[in-house]
Amino acid sequence: MTAVAAPPPRPLWRRLLGFNLLTALVLGVGGWYVGWFGAHAVKGLSIAYFADTDYNELSVVMAYIGGVVGFLVGLGFLNYPIARMRGYPPSLREKETHGWTRYFSLCTDHKVVGIQYLWGIGLFFFIGGLNAMLIRTELLRPNHQVFPAGTYLTIVGMHGTMMMGMMTSGILGPFANYLVPIMIGARRMAFPRIEALTFWLLMAAGTILTSTIFFGGFPTGWTGYAPLSNEGNPGMDNYLLFFALVGISMTLLGLNMIATVLTMRAPGLTWTRLPIFVWGVLSTAVLMVLAAPVLIATLGMEMLDRTAQTTFFVAAGGGSSYLYQNLFWVFGHPEVYILALPGFAIVLELLPVFSRKPLWGYRLAVGGLLGVSLLSWFVWQHHLFVSGINGDLRPFYMLSTELISIPTGFTFLCGMMTLWRGNIRFTVPMLFCLAWFFNFLIGGLSGVFLSDVPSDVTTHGSFFSMAHFHYTIMGGLVFTFFAAIYYWVPKMTGWELNERLGKVHFWTMFIFFNSTFFPLFIAGFEGQPRRVVTYSSHLQFLNDWVSVSAFLLGISMLVFLFNLVWSLAFVKKPAEANPWSSRSIEFQLPSPVPVHNFDRIPVFSSDPYGYGEGPVPTWVAPAGAPAGSE
Amino acid sequence: MAAEPSAASRPPADSTNHGFRVVVAWIALSVVATPLVAILVGRLFPPGNGSAQGTEQVLDNTVLLSVITPVVCLLAVFFVYGLRSFHAAPGAVVDGPPLRNDSRIQILWIVGTGVIVLFLAGFGTFELLQNGAGGGQGPNPIAVPGGSKLQVQVIGQQWQFTYRYPSLGGLESNQLVLPENTDVELHVTSLDVIHSFWAYELGVKADANPGSDNVAFVETKGPETFHVRCAELCGLWHGYMYNNGRVVSSAQFQSWASQQKKLYAAIAPFMNKSPADGGAPYSKTYLPLPSERAG
Repeated sequence: MTAVAAPPPRPLWRRLLGFNLLTALVLGVGGWYVGWFGAHAVKGLSIAYFADTDYNELSVVMAYIGGVVGFLVGLGFLNYPIARMRGYPPSLREKETHGWTRYFSLCTDHKVVGIQYLWGIGLFFFIGGLNAMLIRTELLRPNHQVFPAGTYLTIVGMHGTMMMGMMTSGILGPFANYLVPIMIGARRMAFPRIEALTFWLLMAAGTILTSTIFFGGFPTGWTGYAPLSNEGNPGMDNYLLFFALVGISMTLLGLNMIATVLTMRAPGLTWTRLPIFVWGVLSTAVLMVLAAPVLIATLGMEMLDRTAQTTFFVAAGGGSSYLYQNLFWVFGHPEVYILALPGFAIVLELLPVFSRKPLWGYRLAVGGLLGVSLLSWFVWQHHLFVSGINGDLRPFYMLSTELISIPTGFTFLCGMMTLWRGNIRFTVPMLFCLAWFFNFLIGGLSGVFLSDVPSDVTTHGSFFSMAHFHYTIMGGLVFTFFAAIYYWVPKMTGWELNERLGKVHFWTMFIFFNSTFFPLFIAGFEGQPRRVVTYSSHLQFLNDWVSVSAFLLGISMLVFLFNLVWSLAFVKKPAEANPWSSRSIEFQLPSPVPVHNFDRIPVFSSDPYGYGEGPVPTWVAPAGAPAGSE
Repeated sequence: MAAEPSAASRPPADSTNHGFRVVVAWIALSVVATPLVAILVGRLFPPGNGSAQGTEQVLDNTVLLSVITPVVCLLAVFFVYGLRSFHAAPGAVVDGPPLRNDSRIQILWIVGTGVIVLFLAGFGTFELLQNGAGGGQGPNPIAVPGGSKLQVQVIGQQWQFTYRYPSLGGLESNQLVLPENTDVELHVTSLDVIHSFWAYELGVKADANPGSDNVAFVETKGPETFHVRCAELCGLWHGYMYNNGRVVSSAQFQSWASQQKKLYAAIAPFMNKSPADGGAPYSKTYLPLPSERAG
């Protein structure tokens, strides 16, 4: 392959004109006002619809839809469809190869999108984390109000929604986009423009959710239960638009992943040679494609309830509040496995590297991932055990919920047997993977109490369930998210992260994570309901302990942030091509990975886990194979 | 194999039977830990012995805890032993034995988890069908305790619960007072958004949905005070939607009822009467007008 020559640099003022983030922001604000004033004009024609509120909610919805459209047009997402309609041949002109500006524009290089995702999601993860700190500040004292009750509920809702919405793409966005094409021996994703679109949609969504504070916030938490959401402030529309856009982004991301893995695998990469990480991505992507449209439809119905006074979820108008709960959790339970499954896959991907043994029970591990994603469709009504919707179906949902522990157990067994008799190296990513076992065990076993109806009667909707899902999602996903960062970011950026700071980060995070969330099980058992601004004074010591631990957990995150900025922006120590002695194909490439990934498309002859089974295979291309074109 | 740098430095085959050691340690630890945990920790579990349903939940929690204790022991033994025995020397990158599978272990594991899961589901169903375990069962409950029951309607609204006693002439009160040693049939509904009626010490939780009747049963024991909280986010003052309730003796309950009747005599003509008093039929649900939005 010939080296790509750098194009001659253009003057700065010329680069600022055209389709880029600056234009996108200008058009986004412009589109926002077009929608705003347009919908206000409609209001004049239909006074009765809005008679019960002094706020035109249609204008909020239309403003943000206009803003998103303007933002995407400004980034240049319409250029290609229009060019194709005018008869231009297909091309990937947006695949820029040089310069920092590609990170701030529509770029179809999957490695650029991966890094965009890493920083973009990191930003909103940080905002969500700050909200958690504010929640714990409020709960320092049982009756003293730091924040007004409405503000507190908005903070709770922002924390939950930001985490549940943004972190759905927490692994698939940065790491799958970057690594899946490399791991399957491809040069790009199946749909590179859609890949870029998923990222920029997510950024627009995050901005919309953050701006809810200008419209009074929303009182419903991340679940957005109707009919409470029917009476919320206009800030409720921000929640609905945020989650609907996240849903669209998730659907497209999932479709793109499925298409890529199905169609673009290099020769020799059979289903049993696929890295387990790719299997995890695939099973997650299937859940995304099937679950997210339900969410989009549900939120669309809720948006109509609010703006056009339909009554899908209003009992007096023939609707049902159960309908919203059902629809939300039909999405919502697969959603939590969308969060958890990539974590399983990362643990199984990293354990062989750091115990120097092949992945034990490959087929069982794959079966576990697929089994969880299949079973996750049959459990959603355990969120409604005490709601009275269908009393005689509770034994079924109790059984199906508990059945999920069988495929989850496969992941535990395969992981543990991979460690068995290995030569374990306690590197920073490995520490995070080992912590996953601890956290997910507690998360899973506390789930036994929640899945059992008699026990759930007390724990349902209490701090116990809150502690449970923080153990599974933060302990399961966020820990593996950091494992992935320490493991792959040197490969992605070409610079090493500081290992000593990494270990400080791990130990402080592990200790304070447990010291924050374990006492919350007790708080739930003692009768503290979720999302309360005040609580019984006899629980103050417990809550203060949790708050202080949470602040220390926040400081641990700052250690990580410092490490990231310090290592990548100041120290800039070049990373080796294969710092972990991994057999995976991405570590056989230079760091960072070159623009076209491979000089020649590789031919696979084994899975990447052959530790102790001979030398690393060389990635050969058959004679006469083309160097590859887009 | 010659090209593999680590092959030469691989230690001689390990003849220690690690698996045997782990299994023995696990069994020993489980045999000691499970009864200790069940006896010492189980009785600390909520919600206590405030009602028959509460006692049953404590028993249920204790059984669950006894089942998961050996699982915790297995992982604890495995990781303490494994991470101590199988760590690499500092700086060394040496391949371990290429073990890829062992179908006996897989089958044992699947059978083991399967048996645990089926036991948990079976036991949970059995306990649930005893007396409903205090959970909301919807309008057509499947687990109904026998005998006569005191009906109490719990009406949630932003941000308080109102209790209606059809058998006391439709008496409504913002205090929940129940007679001791009585089977109570709670009909939980809501006027506006979703609430959840949680009587902590009684072990009762039932969501209050507008336009629907959610039935939960509780058999009270001796006199006590219990806490009522809303357990489903219901808007601005959700955190302040709590109250105390009382279980009292039958005589005290009757005197409380007559006292309340006197207190509300002035407004009684405007309230729903029970059918026995010639009033309209007892409505199990309420439908607010959609145009009357709070906030």
